[in-house]
Amino acid sequence: MSTPLSHIRNFSIVAHIDHGKSTLADRLIQSTNTVAERDMKAQLLDAMDIERERGITIKANTVRIDYIAQDGEQYVLNLIDTPGHVDFAYEVSRSMRAVEGSLLVVDASQGVEAQTLANVYTAIEADHEIVPVLNKVDLPAAEPERVAEQIEDVIGIDASDACLISAKTGIGIPDVLEAIVNRLPAPESGDPDAPLKAMLVDSWYDPYLGVVVLVRIMDGTLKKGDQIKMLQTGAKYGVDRIGVFRPAMEAVEALGPGEIGFLTASIKQVRDTKVGDTITTEKKGCEEPLPGFKPSVPVVFCGLFPVDSAEFEDLRDAIEKLALNDASFSYEMETSAALGFGFRCGFLGLLHLEVIRDRIEREYNIELITTAPSVIYHLYMKDGEQIDLHNPADMPDPSKIDHIEEPRIKATIMVPDDYLGDVLKLCQDRRGIQLDLTYVGGRAMAVYDLPLNEVVFDFYDRLKSVTKGYASFDYQLEGYREDNLVKMSILVNDEPVDALSMMVHRDRAEMRGRAMCEKLKELIPRHMFKIPIQAAIGGKVIARETLSALRKDVTAKCYGGDATRKKKLLEKQKAGKKKMRQFGKVDIPQEAFISALKMDS
Amino acid sequence: MTVEDWQNGGFGLYVHWPFCEAKCPYCDFNSHVTRGIDQAVWAQVLAKEVRRVSGLTKGRVLNSIFFGGGTPSLMEPETVKAVLEASKEDWTWSNNIEITLEANPRSVDAVRFEGYANAGVNRVSLGVQSLRDPDLKALGRLHGVEEAKAAFSVARSVFDRVSFDLIYARQGQSLEDWRDELHEALDLSVDHLSLYQLTIEQGTAFGDRYNTGRLKGLPDDDLGADMFELTQEICAEAGMPAYEVSNHAAPGAESRHNQIYWRYGDYAGVGPGAHGRLTLNGKKFASVSYSQPGKWLASAQGGSGDVSFERLSGKDQAGEYLMMGLRLREGVSLDRLRSFNSRVLADDVVEHLVDLGLAWKTENALGVTEQGKLVLNAVIAELLP
Repeated sequence: MSTPLSHIRNFSIVAHIDHGKSTLADRLIQSTNTVAERDMKAQLLDAMDIERERGITIKANTVRIDYIAQDGEQYVLNLIDTPGHVDFAYEVSRSMRAVEGSLLVVDASQGVEAQTLANVYTAIEADHEIVPVLNKVDLPAAEPERVAEQIEDVIGIDASDACLISAKTGIGIPDVLEAIVNRLPAPESGDPDAPLKAMLVDSWYDPYLGVVVLVRIMDGTLKKGDQIKMLQTGAKYGVDRIGVFRPAMEAVEALGPGEIGFLTASIKQVRDTKVGDTITTEKKGCEEPLPGFKPSVPVVFCGLFPVDSAEFEDLRDAIEKLALNDASFSYEMETSAALGFGFRCGFLGLLHLEVIRDRIEREYNIELITTAPSVIYHLYMKDGEQIDLHNPADMPDPSKIDHIEEPRIKATIMVPDDYLGDVLKLCQDRRGIQLDLTYVGGRAMAVYDLPLNEVVFDFYDRLKSVTKGYASFDYQLEGYREDNLVKMSILVNDEPVDALSMMVHRDRAEMRGRAMCEKLKELIPRHMFKIPIQAAIGGKVIARETLSALRKDVTAKCYGGDATRKKKLLEKQKAGKKKMRQFGKVDIPQEAFISALKMDS
Repeated sequence: MTVEDWQNGGFGLYVHWPFCEAKCPYCDFNSHVTRGIDQAVWAQVLAKEVRRVSGLTKGRVLNSIFFGGGTPSLMEPETVKAVLEASKEDWTWSNNIEITLEANPRSVDAVRFEGYANAGVNRVSLGVQSLRDPDLKALGRLHGVEEAKAAFSVARSVFDRVSFDLIYARQGQSLEDWRDELHEALDLSVDHLSLYQLTIEQGTAFGDRYNTGRLKGLPDDDLGADMFELTQEICAEAGMPAYEVSNHAAPGAESRHNQIYWRYGDYAGVGPGAHGRLTLNGKKFASVSYSQPGKWLASAQGGSGDVSFERLSGKDQAGEYLMMGLRLREGVSLDRLRSFNSRVLADDVVEHLVDLGLAWKTENALGVTEQGKLVLNAVIAELLP
């Protein structure tokens, strides 16, 4: 069924969260009758609940649209809906390489956001032709001219003939379809008879079909029954099924150059597929892999422990199942004196962490204690050894360490002028180094060099809160740099609580320690005895609070009939205690593990 | 015949009269404001229930009878008499039986005191609650201080024994305010006092006001603890030490009825919402009656007012005995506890509590110290099996 290259348009949509990417995709699908009216539901392409709820896309999704253009010709339009979040930057870059053009969707009242910038640069890097689309022009606050100017100023692309649309009401959708055909390029020449060369764009697990692989054919033809080989992993498979998405799966006989579709091949685990890998035939295949492949590497780590220790096996099961479908998520068993058995997990970023945690809690119904997120520190030992430290609890004797390096990021923050002061202060507080500060219209763009560990916890929450939600934020990893870093331990009733230990900068240790102790004092309920709460570096206490003893809780009036009622009350109290973790004789509520680390400056 | 465990605590009858003239905003007991109660019917049905329960425990010696509520002083003396008569059919009254009736300290109630005494009541417990008129109003009480004092005089002249209740740790009350009020109460030459700290219960008017932040001026836990300690001190000096968390008496004037609960004896519970604990064939049962007066009446007329009658496990009994017994100055018996449940009282927990100065332990008894009494719920939660 190969379509001539000149009649194929492959594209993605670049947009900030809430600027209407998914709504526009829905509208394109709907107005070309790709999906029957009765099957339409909002955000067709976002399959997971979490995706719909948060308005984000985690997995790449695809739809093939047949469109008869005004020139009377029928075109095949392949839309890849890419993840929009910085955590998935590599996945985004692969999706971008699979298409030739992008629609840049910008909210006509809000303007360009930091995240839009990062993704648009990825598109430009992938040599995309870009069609600006100004959405929500029907809103009273829309300022299409100003936003078009901003696109030209900030991004440097011509926005004079941007499409003006309202994805919600359907205004301007026909113009977008025509622009896709007329302004985006067809795939570059590919030879249907050359050895197969296809890019593995993404993959996911389908309960009926096993692992489904999204592919973009560069050269050659992929047919059912082909014996294929992955160049990076060397794995070989027989192709069971080939098809396209409309957006439901539809089988086809073959996929030719320029086309985007899926294959299934009895691949058992998503883990066996690497995004960006090159797929070819086992015999007479291509030799050269596609450029740009990178194995995904987790950058943020935290411990996940079941609240109810009896659920450890259930948690193991859930984590293993999730890992089957997510190659970028790593895990290994961890034992904490405080929290018992759990897993140390690695994630691409904070959103990735939250998504996985939410899915375990929701889909597998396991309540979790999440320990402080941490990054990988490079420890250079005096004996020349180099150690990657994933967990502060594993910190070796500091006297044997020569120096410690930590990962740094380049953060781009866009914010209305009014909030700039607060943003600069926040970055300064988090040991940031200003790299650039520019103004575009009423907005400032601040670029900072920041330690990743200062960002992984609640930087984004704080940023949103100090800017009332108006700031947008994006980052990329910039490498490692030495700094004066120490491990801070927390002692509750003189016992160290390993799950609360953290790496901090020496100059900020007192401040962080004080904040932690104060927080814990609020979070731990009073006991029958007073409880010292201390922060320490090595053996030296740097901050201390005392939680005074419970003074009164006796029931004033209690007679015959109350025995039953009071028993229920005490049983409830006991059940509540079960939700806490015992450290020596102290019960610490689970929320303390997360809340104590939040810094309300 | 071997001695059964309940005999360590004695045997009593509790009768619940569920009606009040007005509902107090702090009260979460089973009380109902209902007009047109046919007391003849209620007298007959309460007596029928007493006969039913006494039929199960024939021949026992009754140490105490207690009329609680609601407002039992709204009962006609005839109604009280019918219940007392019924209790003598299958049970034997002990020679020094204590028969208590809770009464409102109002003139309209006081006129019935003579009748109660004639029916056999020998002790009243007056719900005075406060010796400050504005506070009585805030507590939703229908009497004033002078009226209460007058009712107290009447009671003193009619009954052998009179006790009254006060509620402290009230809105806006300072430590000094309470000191003065407590001294005034002790000056009334009373030999038994129940001194309760105001507790905000869910499902009451105060509970609603508290939840919406409209109940202001309540003392914090620290002031509450100070008030409690002051109360212990003043009462002890006045020769009325606490024999239970909130109950003070001159030696010998302790309420025998409540001690049956706290010593974990047996008690029959009769009337809407009443609870009972009865040992039958060596097994201890918990009974609960229907709370809704109409429902209870119909059900009792039909055969039994109980909504449930369940056997208590050894673990349940150990828990209940701990919850009740540790309220007493004398503490609990370790032998009795172990007879309920051999695994109760982990040594390390007891040791920890003793180390903290919250509990004391002797060869065969465990109790809480003055300091431990204040955090009794936390102590019990540690000890529960």
